[in-house]
Amino acid sequence: MSTLTVSPSPHIHSKDSTRSLMLDVVIALIPAVICSFVFYGWREILLMAVSVCSCVVLEWAITKYMLGKSSTIGDLSAVVTGILLALNLPYSTPVWVVFIGAVVAIAVAKMTFGGLGQNIWNPALVGRVFLLVSFPGYMTTWGAPQGVVDAVSGPTPLGAIQEGLAQGASVSEIMATRGYDYSQILFANLGGSAGEVCALALLAGFVYLCVRKVIKPWITLSIFATVALTSLVFWGINPERFTDPAFNLLTGGLVLGACFMATDYVTSPMSVWGGVVFGVGIGFLTMMIRYFGSYPEGVSFAILIMNSLVPLINMAFKQKKFGRK
Amino acid sequence: MSKRTFSIGGVHPHDNKISRECALEQLPLAPKVYIQLSQHIGAPAKPVVAVGDKVKVGQPIAEPGGFVSAFIHSSVSGTVKAIGPVKDLAGNSQMCVEIEVEGDEWADGIDTTPTLVTEIPADNKAIIEKIRLGGVVGLGGATFPTHVKLSPPPGSTCERVIINGCECEPYLTSDFRTLLEKGEQVVVGAAILRQVMGNVPCTIAIEENKPEAIAHIREVIARLGYQGIEVMSMKMRYPQGGEKQLIDAVMRRQVGSGALPISVGAVVQNVATALAVYEAVQKNKPVVDNSVTVTGECFPRQANLIVRVGTPLKYIIDYLGGVPADAVKVISGGPMMGRAVANLDAPTLKGTSALLFLTEKQTKRAPASACIRCGKCADACPMGLEPFLLNRLAKASDMEALENNAVQDCIECGCCLYSCPANIPLLDNIRIAKGQVLGAIRARAAAAQAKK
Amino acid sequence: MTETIIWTVAVITVLGLVLSLVLYLVAKRFKVEEDPRIDLVEKAMPGANCGGCGFAGCRAFAEAAVKAPNLDNNYCPVGGNDTMSKVAEILGYEVKAKAPEVAVVRCNGSCAARPRINNYDGYASCKVKAALYSGDTGCSYGCLGCGDCVEACQFGAIHMDAETGLPVVDQDKCTACGACAKACPKNIIELRPKGPRGMREFVSCVNKDKGPVAKKACASACIGCGICLRTCTHGAIEFHDNIAYIDVSKCKLCRECEAVCPTGAIHGVNFPKPLDKEAVKERIKLRQQKKEDKKDE
Repeated sequence: MSTLTVSPSPHIHSKDSTRSLMLDVVIALIPAVICSFVFYGWREILLMAVSVCSCVVLEWAITKYMLGKSSTIGDLSAVVTGILLALNLPYSTPVWVVFIGAVVAIAVAKMTFGGLGQNIWNPALVGRVFLLVSFPGYMTTWGAPQGVVDAVSGPTPLGAIQEGLAQGASVSEIMATRGYDYSQILFANLGGSAGEVCALALLAGFVYLCVRKVIKPWITLSIFATVALTSLVFWGINPERFTDPAFNLLTGGLVLGACFMATDYVTSPMSVWGGVVFGVGIGFLTMMIRYFGSYPEGVSFAILIMNSLVPLINMAFKQKKFGRK
Repeated sequence: MSKRTFSIGGVHPHDNKISRECALEQLPLAPKVYIQLSQHIGAPAKPVVAVGDKVKVGQPIAEPGGFVSAFIHSSVSGTVKAIGPVKDLAGNSQMCVEIEVEGDEWADGIDTTPTLVTEIPADNKAIIEKIRLGGVVGLGGATFPTHVKLSPPPGSTCERVIINGCECEPYLTSDFRTLLEKGEQVVVGAAILRQVMGNVPCTIAIEENKPEAIAHIREVIARLGYQGIEVMSMKMRYPQGGEKQLIDAVMRRQVGSGALPISVGAVVQNVATALAVYEAVQKNKPVVDNSVTVTGECFPRQANLIVRVGTPLKYIIDYLGGVPADAVKVISGGPMMGRAVANLDAPTLKGTSALLFLTEKQTKRAPASACIRCGKCADACPMGLEPFLLNRLAKASDMEALENNAVQDCIECGCCLYSCPANIPLLDNIRIAKGQVLGAIRARAAAAQAKK
Repeated sequence: MTETIIWTVAVITVLGLVLSLVLYLVAKRFKVEEDPRIDLVEKAMPGANCGGCGFAGCRAFAEAAVKAPNLDNNYCPVGGNDTMSKVAEILGYEVKAKAPEVAVVRCNGSCAARPRINNYDGYASCKVKAALYSGDTGCSYGCLGCGDCVEACQFGAIHMDAETGLPVVDQDKCTACGACAKACPKNIIELRPKGPRGMREFVSCVNKDKGPVAKKACASACIGCGICLRTCTHGAIEFHDNIAYIDVSKCKLCRECEAVCPTGAIHGVNFPKPLDKEAVKERIKLRQQKKEDKKDE
């Protein structure tokens, strides 16, 4: 018999760890990564590798040399940030721009606040939005695809709609000239960021996360519901000015954002009702930006805005305590 | 009927009932027993024997030291060798009566035959007095004196007696074996309890992972022809056996913060307590033994033993082959709420329900990392608290905020620490803060009382 | 161009005037009348906000001191007599000088003397550990070694000695605020007068167990043998619950008790010369011999 160990109860653990949860997120992202490879080829894998490596190395260097703490890269959260950042960028983004995105995501958005668990905004999204406002040229240029499947080059559907509306065309005219149809959108998006290419692959990952109980579905579902409802109302008022619900649900970064960015533990509310409010906020803000904003896409901005409100939401929506009013 | 469970939180650890097939067996008498004078919640009992006295099994050796206190009986026959401090399983000194065992002679009036006595005395006061004299306490772990629980304060009425057979802690099987092998006695005990509380309905709650026990108890109730006692099959979920959780599950009523179960009309007693009530009332047999599960994957000789109170833990373990080489932790009780044993020479108590052996791999705590705000602790908390917040407040010693966030409601079930992916010692800190806040609340109440 | 400049200057000037008026009115409306002496007292305080005086911070102390009729119950252990005389001057009170104190760790059960008999695997906090069980050594009174006192000290005056596993007080940094004593769940740390030139004699053990039990748990425990009590000629040693305690007011720092203690539980610090145990024992022997001779006569 070895020396007895004494510790306070409980004496067993669920075996969930930060690392295992993050690993599940990585696994859930694999279908989307494969899809982006299929549509955009090796260059996408290169971007992904640069993004992930930069994030991990940066986090390691910052914890070791600047904070003087033990390294936290083992929890794989930097890997998740790296993959999400890459999925949020057009495949033609130059490698050095990706690196700058990683620096902003890890060094500015995450480690400045004290590392994992302390950041207010989703690091990958901060990186993406920084690049979007700093290098709008690279971020909205969609060069010719090099993938296995012939993907259509050109502006994103949302971009095309905004451009068309600005030129005075109606939604149906733009859709007709572009030749969009929904099955195309569901299986392979018509240009856009790497992670926006295939809604089905992303949804598969989302289902996996829910089944593994890594995340709860309420945030994502409330975003979808709000986007659908808001666009239904506007579309019902004027179908020539406003796009329809199905188009809004399937295009742009909505699926990626709702499934993987809004559900980030650190930057989302904890309680179920808090999550619903958070999701409704994201959905509504997204639609407002899409319909009335100067950017064609608003998911990133909507999530970042709602991230800022999370502490307030957490305070306002607490779980009911047992036996208390 | 759909399976019932409590409404907030909870976790699903693997139930690991690996000793479920082991029938109850009697542990041979130890050469010496150490009977602790404080085996219950409330004032320690006062010894009524002196060094050198001869005692018999079931003879009272200590009397209650207050209203909330209990009789303590000799669990063996022999000579009182000493009355003094003995180290308990945590290594702290406790007053004990040390008795050297000589033979096994029972005190007069105790019916040791296995005959089932179903005829319940009509006088409820006499029943409660018998329970008091029998030293019956809550054997589910809380060890609250049963006669006190059965004497509700004036103005409160009991609407239902719940017999807790959930045994929601992983590994534990002693209640399960008791239900299977002493089901008749438990049912008669339940009938006594419901009669005492004013012929209210009685529910025996058993989790669905014990289908044999559910079927057996249903059969026994039908055979003995009892009305008003039903068996409820519960959905598996920890901590269903918590008093407040069980009342919520069975009656759909939530006991308020700081209130007693009787405030919502419930009285909860454990299966082992129901058996002890039967023995005390029908057989005049006080609490001198209880069933103890000895288990663990690394422990080759699983067993459900009937152990005399005060038997040294080491004696039990040695009887079954000693502590296995790869065990690093011995736990008295279940893995979620049990206490780690620091001193194997410590004696068993009335409330000792299990000895569990865990290996380093099973029990070693991973180093804590940063909170990722996943909210799993808040999801798991059966009291609807926010452990991550309480932990932070506890570290800052912010007593006012801790009280406002209901730290005093914590039942220390361990669900938060169990589910935390960052392995943050949430409960370690919250438990301390809870003690301090409860102390402050009591001091305030005492001051208010003094002013009146 | 000139018009733009004029407009800009005008707008900013008007804005500035309006806002300053608002600020002035608000400040006047919400002004809190306070005894000006509170500020003076607070300025005289060390400003560590350590809570050693029993108040939440220096400001709270100042408020209480100004309200109180005298300074009997308000004493800043950190600032000591210097600070208190300043405070007394401000408030016009008299202050009783207190002997400077220092935190003393009354446990010398080092890792070598007190073998570990189990492993603790919980949150590294003495409070948590003490609530759980008696500790990872056989001694249920001694230091738990998780360093709650180190954390409680705001002056960086305590550190854990890696070799002994016990806290060490840096007496130059210690301000005797008492935070460590409050933090210690085993009540091992005591505030004792610093003594002349820092010299002091104390029993570095709080084990209340009987001799053999204490000795088994820790080689350097006070075993309650009472030799020190019989040796001391100044009546400075008290004896309760199998444990010796040296009364500072009576101790003459002769170090005889330290020399005769069989387990080395009595410690003397800051003495100029190391203790020559044999010489002291010889001295005691001679004295006792004389006494006996006298008795014989």
